[in-house]
Amino acid sequence: MALPVYATPLERLWYYAYRVICGLIFLFLIAPILVVIPLSFNAEPFFTFTEKMLSLDPEGYSLRWYDLLLTFGMQAPEAPRDWNWWRDVWNNATWVKVAKNSLIIGFFSTILATVLGTLAALGLARSEMPWRRAIMAILISPMIVPIIITATGLFFFYSWTGLAGTYTGIILAHATLGIPFVIITVTATLIGFDQSLNRAAASLGASPARTFFKVTMPLILPGVISGALFAFVTSFDEVVVVLFIAGFDQQTIPRQMWNGIREQISPAILSVATILVIVSIALLTAVELLRRRSERLRGISPG
Amino acid sequence: MAAAQQVGAFVEFDRVQKSYDGETLVVKDLNLAMPKGEFLTMLGPSGSGKTTCLMMLAGFETATHGEIRLAGRPINQVPPHKRGIGMVFQNYALFPHMTVNENLAFPLEVRGIGKAEREAKIARALDMVKMGKFGNRRPAQLSGGQQQRVALARALVFDPELVLMDEPLGALDKQLREHMQFEIKHLHENLGITVVYVTHDQSEALTMSDRVAVFNDGVIQQLAPPDELYERPANSFVAQFIGENNKLPGVIEDVDGGRATVRLATGELIDATPVNVGGRGSRTLVSIRPERVEYLPERIPPGAHTIEAEVLEFIYMGESFRTRMRVAGSDDFIMKNRNAVGQRRLQPGERITIGWSPQDARALDPL
Repeated sequence: MALPVYATPLERLWYYAYRVICGLIFLFLIAPILVVIPLSFNAEPFFTFTEKMLSLDPEGYSLRWYDLLLTFGMQAPEAPRDWNWWRDVWNNATWVKVAKNSLIIGFFSTILATVLGTLAALGLARSEMPWRRAIMAILISPMIVPIIITATGLFFFYSWTGLAGTYTGIILAHATLGIPFVIITVTATLIGFDQSLNRAAASLGASPARTFFKVTMPLILPGVISGALFAFVTSFDEVVVVLFIAGFDQQTIPRQMWNGIREQISPAILSVATILVIVSIALLTAVELLRRRSERLRGISPG
Repeated sequence: MAAAQQVGAFVEFDRVQKSYDGETLVVKDLNLAMPKGEFLTMLGPSGSGKTTCLMMLAGFETATHGEIRLAGRPINQVPPHKRGIGMVFQNYALFPHMTVNENLAFPLEVRGIGKAEREAKIARALDMVKMGKFGNRRPAQLSGGQQQRVALARALVFDPELVLMDEPLGALDKQLREHMQFEIKHLHENLGITVVYVTHDQSEALTMSDRVAVFNDGVIQQLAPPDELYERPANSFVAQFIGENNKLPGVIEDVDGGRATVRLATGELIDATPVNVGGRGSRTLVSIRPERVEYLPERIPPGAHTIEAEVLEFIYMGESFRTRMRVAGSDDFIMKNRNAVGQRRLQPGERITIGWSPQDARALDPL
C-alpha cells in the first residue's frame, strides 16, 4: 500500500514507523535462530563470538562440532574414515541414533495423529453431531493443558499399563499432542468445503466410502497435509514427554540436546540446532510447494 | 386428495410429514401423485416446506411419518445413492478437482460402465447442453451459466428416469435464466424424463411446468396446471402469490349457486364467483386480476359489474399502462391496460367508471 498523496505529516510518520516496528518484531522473532548458525561454526568450545570470529578470520571458524556429531559415541572414532568407520557412525554414534529415534517416532505418531485428527474433524464438521463444542474442546485440550501436566499424567498411566519406556508409548503420547493441530487445520479446510458436493456424489450413485475417497479427501488434502506437518514438528521437537516416559532406547534429538546442555556444554548442540533449522525450512518449503501445486491441480485456487 | 392412491403414479407422497425438532411440522400431511414424464414444480416462499419435500424425495432428509414411493416401490429405507435419481443443485455442486469430463464420468464409473460407452454417453450429454467443447475444462474456468449446463448434463448422463432440480437457475442473471428455462423445458420434452423442480420464482413455475404445487406453511395450497392456477386460484394465498391481484374486503350478502353478492367496505354491492367462502354474513376477500379491469365503455364486457374509481397515479410502462386508483375505500386498486389504439393517459384526480366480468372477481377466504 503506497502512501497516498494527501497524507498528513503524522500519517507519513506513522507510515514509516509502522514499517520499522514490523521489522523489529521480525528481528525479535528470528534473531535467536539466526545467531545460532554462525556460533555453530565456532572453533572454540564456547557459546560466544570470539575475536577471531568477529574479525572474520577463517581460523576462528571450523566444522569440528559437526564432526563431533558423528564421532560422539562411536567405538573407534579415530579409525580411518572408510566404509567400516561410516558403519560405526550409523550403528553407534549417539546423535545418529537419536535422529533415527526421532524420525521413527515422528513418522508413526504423525500417521496416527493425521488419521485420527482428520476423522475427528470430519465428525465435528457434521451439523447433526451433538455436543460438538464440548468434544472439540476436549480433543484440543492437549494443546492447552501445560505439557508438564500431560506428561505427568501420561507417565503414571503408561507406567501402570506397561507402555512407559516403549516406542509404542512415545508414539501414542506424541500422537495425542499432534491430534489437535490436525483437527484445527482440517476443520479450517472443511469450513470452506461445500457439503452439497457430498450430496451430489450420493445423488450420482456413489456410496459414502467412495464419496469420501473420491470427493471429500482430495478436496481437504491440503489441510490434512498442513496438519500432518504440524503433528510431525510437534513430535520432532518435543522433550518433556520424552523426559518422562522414554527409556534409554527411545532418546530423541531434543532429549539428547537436553543431556548435552546438562552434562557438557558444547557448541555441538548449536550445530544440531543449525541442521534442524535447515531441515525444518526445507520441509516447510517442500510441503508448501506441494500443497500449492495440489491446490492448483485440483482447481481450488485459480491460476 | 385421493390422488395418492392413484394407480400407475410414478412418484407418490403418501401422508408424508416432516419435523426437524419433533414439535413443529415443516411438512404437514403431504399427498402428491405424479405420473411418469410430468414436469412438476414445487413453488412457495422460503420456509414453506418445498425444499424439504425435494430433499425427502432425494433421500437427504427422512420423512418423520408417511411413505414416499418411486415407481410403486417405497423408498423411505433406500439410501440416496441407491435411488438412482438425478439432481441439480442450486450452487451446481460440480466437483472442483475434476474436469467437466471427469465430473460426468463419475456417475458412470460408479455404475461400472466401460470406457467406450462412458465416453459416448459423456459426449452425448455434453452436446445436449451445448458444452461439447468444454470437456477438458475445470468448473472454475467456466461461467455460471456454463457450470449450470454441466451440472444439468451430469444429472442426466446416467439416464435417470427422475430428475430433481433445486432452484437451479437462482444464481443466473435474468436473461440467461429465461433462456435456460426453455432449454430445460425442451430437454424434458425430448428425453421424456420426469422432473420435480423447486423454485420460489412464480414466472419460472408458470413457464416451465405441466403442473405447479403451491406450498405454504408445509401444505400444498393448490396443485394445478399453470393456467388454472393463474386464472382460478383456490384461495387468497395462491391468488396473492401467483401474479398480481387486487383485493377488496367485504361481507357476503348472499350466495346463490355460482354467484355471490358481496357488500364492500364502502357499502357497494358487487357480484363475484364464490370459491371458498362461508354463507351469508361471513367475511371475504374479492380478488380481481389488474389486467381484467377495463374503463373504456366499449371494452367493458357485457354483463360486467361497474364501479366508480378515482385515479391516483398513472404509470407508463411501454407495452402497458398501470393505473392506481381508489376503489371502494381501497387505495391500491391497480388496473393494467395494454397500450392499444384508443387508450389514453389518465390524469390523477380523474373520476372514471371501471368494470370487470363477475367471473373474474373471485370471492376467497379472508387472510
